Amino acid sequence: MDLSLSNRPEGDKTVVEVGGEIDVYTAPRLREQLVDLVADGKYHLVVDMERVDFLDSTGLGVLVGGLKRVRAHDGSLRLVCTQERILKIFRITGLTKVFPIHDSVEDALAASD
Amino acid sequence: MTTVTVRFSALPAHVRTARLVAAAVARRSGVDEGVLDEVRLAVGEACSRAVDLHQRHSPDVPVTLQLTDAGTSFRVEVVDAASPDAEPDASLVDLAETAESPDGLDGGALPSNVGIAVISGLVDDLAVERRGDGLALRMTWPLSGSAKGGVAPTSATAS
Repeated sequence: MDLSLSNRPEGDKTVVEVGGEIDVYTAPRLREQLVDLVADGKYHLVVDMERVDFLDSTGLGVLVGGLKRVRAHDGSLRLVCTQERILKIFRITGLTKVFPIHDSVEDALAASD
Repeated sequence: MTTVTVRFSALPAHVRTARLVAAAVARRSGVDEGVLDEVRLAVGEACSRAVDLHQRHSPDVPVTLQLTDAGTSFRVEVVDAASPDAEPDASLVDLAETAESPDGLDGGALPSNVGIAVISGLVDDLAVERRGDGLALRMTWPLSGSAKGGVAPTSATAS
């Protein structure tokens, strides 16, 4: 499955819905989306990964890059993910300590920064 | 013992193909369904690493993926032809501190050993062996039951 991307405003935050496979081939498109949003002044992002089938270390790099960009503007980047196979790679790399990971978009939107 | 060999041009788009083939052969060899995601991720990381190295050093040389049903184990080898002299650092990584520091992971580029560190975090049996100008990453998973079906020796080439 190819990468699917969309975003929508939710109050002062922007929800980025990602689906499909985030790998060495598709990660540049996600990077572009995050860069565009930050360039557009969207500094509080919620990345909904519930429909992501596959995530590799290239995808992790893009998410870390996005986190760096929003933090440079005192922003935030929260993840929504409940899939064990996706969460595992965050645990292996220690990034569960870096990204706030929520069970639902509602929880992520309700969280304060 | 049966083997499937795939040789593919060093292009990111083919990494997905390699993952799909690896998962299909693993399933057919009898790898537990619960482990297939690990196989897919580990093969993807190994192939991404090889593609990156080939693109920088040997763009015209294909990457080789070899999938072997050895009866009691399922073995995957990803062979590149462009590894630098030093063996990659396969120790586990903790990116938390680096990611939190203002200067760390500038632009989101992860350290080059993260892919192989992810593999070592996933796969209990990982061996690295020099082959000519490159390295062979060999990953092995035990097969718990009898194979569901044999895999005829074959090969494929993508370009």
